[in-house]
Amino acid sequence: MPKPYTPKVVTANHLLAGDVIYQTRDGWSRKLADAEVLTDEAHADLRLIEAAQQTGEVVGAYLADVDTSKGVPAPAHFREAFRAKGPSNYAHGKQTELN
Amino acid sequence: MYTYTDFDAAFVAERNRQFRAQVERRIDGSLTEDEFKPLRLMNGLYLQLHAYMLRVAIPYGTLSSRQMDQLAYLAEKWDKGYGHFTTRQNIQYNWPELRDVPDMLDALGEVQMHAIQTSGNTIRNVTADHFAGAAADEVADPRPVAELVRQWSTDHPEFQSMPRKFKVAVTGAENDRAVIRAHDIGLRIVERDGVIGYEVLVGGGLGRTPMIGKVIHDFLPEEDLLPYLESIVSVWNQIGRRDNKYKARIKITVHEVGLDEIRRLVEERFALVKPLFTGVDQDHFARIKAQFEAPDFVKKSVGPFNQAYNDDPVFRAWADTNLTAHRAEGYSIVSISLKAHGATPGDATAEQMRVMADLARQYGHDELRISHEQNVILPHVHRADLPAIHAKLKEHGLATANINLISDIIACPGMDYCALATARSIPIAQEIATRFDDLKLEHDIGELKIKISGCINACGHHHVGHIGILGLDRAGVENYQITLGGDHTQTAAIGERAGPGFSADAIVPAIERLVDAYLEHRTEKSETFLQTYRRLGMAPFKAALYPESKAVAAE
Repeated sequence: MPKPYTPKVVTANHLLAGDVIYQTRDGWSRKLADAEVLTDEAHADLRLIEAAQQTGEVVGAYLADVDTSKGVPAPAHFREAFRAKGPSNYAHGKQTELN
Repeated sequence: MYTYTDFDAAFVAERNRQFRAQVERRIDGSLTEDEFKPLRLMNGLYLQLHAYMLRVAIPYGTLSSRQMDQLAYLAEKWDKGYGHFTTRQNIQYNWPELRDVPDMLDALGEVQMHAIQTSGNTIRNVTADHFAGAAADEVADPRPVAELVRQWSTDHPEFQSMPRKFKVAVTGAENDRAVIRAHDIGLRIVERDGVIGYEVLVGGGLGRTPMIGKVIHDFLPEEDLLPYLESIVSVWNQIGRRDNKYKARIKITVHEVGLDEIRRLVEERFALVKPLFTGVDQDHFARIKAQFEAPDFVKKSVGPFNQAYNDDPVFRAWADTNLTAHRAEGYSIVSISLKAHGATPGDATAEQMRVMADLARQYGHDELRISHEQNVILPHVHRADLPAIHAKLKEHGLATANINLISDIIACPGMDYCALATARSIPIAQEIATRFDDLKLEHDIGELKIKISGCINACGHHHVGHIGILGLDRAGVENYQITLGGDHTQTAAIGERAGPGFSADAIVPAIERLVDAYLEHRTEKSETFLQTYRRLGMAPFKAALYPESKAVAAE
């Protein structure tokens, strides 16, 4: 049996604002919870190619692992957790701006 | 201070105009990201974890009040109200938007500042002793030398596409406060029989392969400086490795080729290069030097200082910790700590920047410095004015009395901001500072340099910390390695790794055990942590760090 595919999302930085964005079914969102969760490898690769072609909007698109055990996508690695939330030294960035 | 010539101002304005057009072409789609990236890096613009980051050079760490005010203005108008001072005497803005960056660069140009060559494989911002021109132990002010090197290296056509970045630091004193032994080239101004020359070190650096710089020339005549530097960089530019970026720095070239062979090649090159320098550089150097004349020091009674020192224990603690001997009678050098317990090392709010600018304007001959240890210096302050300065600093959270103590920590931005980081640095610094403040131990511990990097690139200078902490990613979890016995001064040394790393939860207790071991083993209060380490070696500290393995070994 092939190894199960770890669910992923496409993430990048916004060209103008520079901040972290996630690909949704029909565009981009600043919230990880809105991201389209990709569970099929071929489909994920296709979505990444589509994202990378949007050079007027995004920079540095890549696939990031997510944890979907609680229903909504959550960061699987601490680096992605900081990207989703903002710096941890004091509350600023996304953690204070998204709510 | 150096003031731009018409040529300098026109050069910066033209670069800013070009970059504005490049940004426009990126936004309208004429440039791809691959085409744009090297252009933005040439102008100090990075894309980090959460946002763009603009790195602005503060040449040799020197600022006027007006420049500091403008840095505050940028922080307020285009950032989130603060800036971050770095170990290379730069300021970083963590939140600019792409469209605003050309305006930020123009605003910097208004006060004769820029972000050119703060990134890329170029000769970077030239750094210097932050006590330059003020220190009692100085042979000569290193800043004119740094300014000459800055002008020579800026947009130098031969050195725009080198194997890797290249960093130069200058000091004018035997006591090295500029970490010259950890730079690609370190320069120390020396005097022999009344003649000024340079000790030239080459091949120092931290990062993946830390090396202490080696003396390539022990007394270079003043007039040979630029041709000799050009020869060193030229030799490395030709033979430095471009096949592997981890082996590209000159420290590896010197290590692989050997110092004697490098010296021979440099001298061979020098014979060709020297005749091209017709003396114009020396005329120019003389004009630069004239702009770094010492301020008119005043003479007045130090009575107010003495009174405050006797009456106010908080002032006394600050004065004992944050002042350094000045070369002029009645004067002191003030170090303003940007390391309030629990704060982010090196961060200053726009308001704090303005307060420091005002203090420099009112009491400090209009000069400020940024130290590689991420603090701000008022280099020329009369002792009579210190009580008023201290009172103002206290109002704005800037009067922390901890210079050179355990909470005066260097920390790189780490994974809170940096795209290269493998772990966080800042929260570890915050926790250590808060913990030892709670224990009220830091003045008893005395001088102790903790330096923290969030990846192997070592922006946080962990290799040369008395205690160095390196944050790594171990199987998806932050892990912190400790090195001991590092030293960034004239007695520079690379710290030795103590053993296996610690989790984020375990690193602060581990530091506490180390400090307890030091307090237990020091012969007297005046023996510093580093001296104790040098006397006893790793064993007692290792035992303190890893009590379980000690128990196992004893069985």
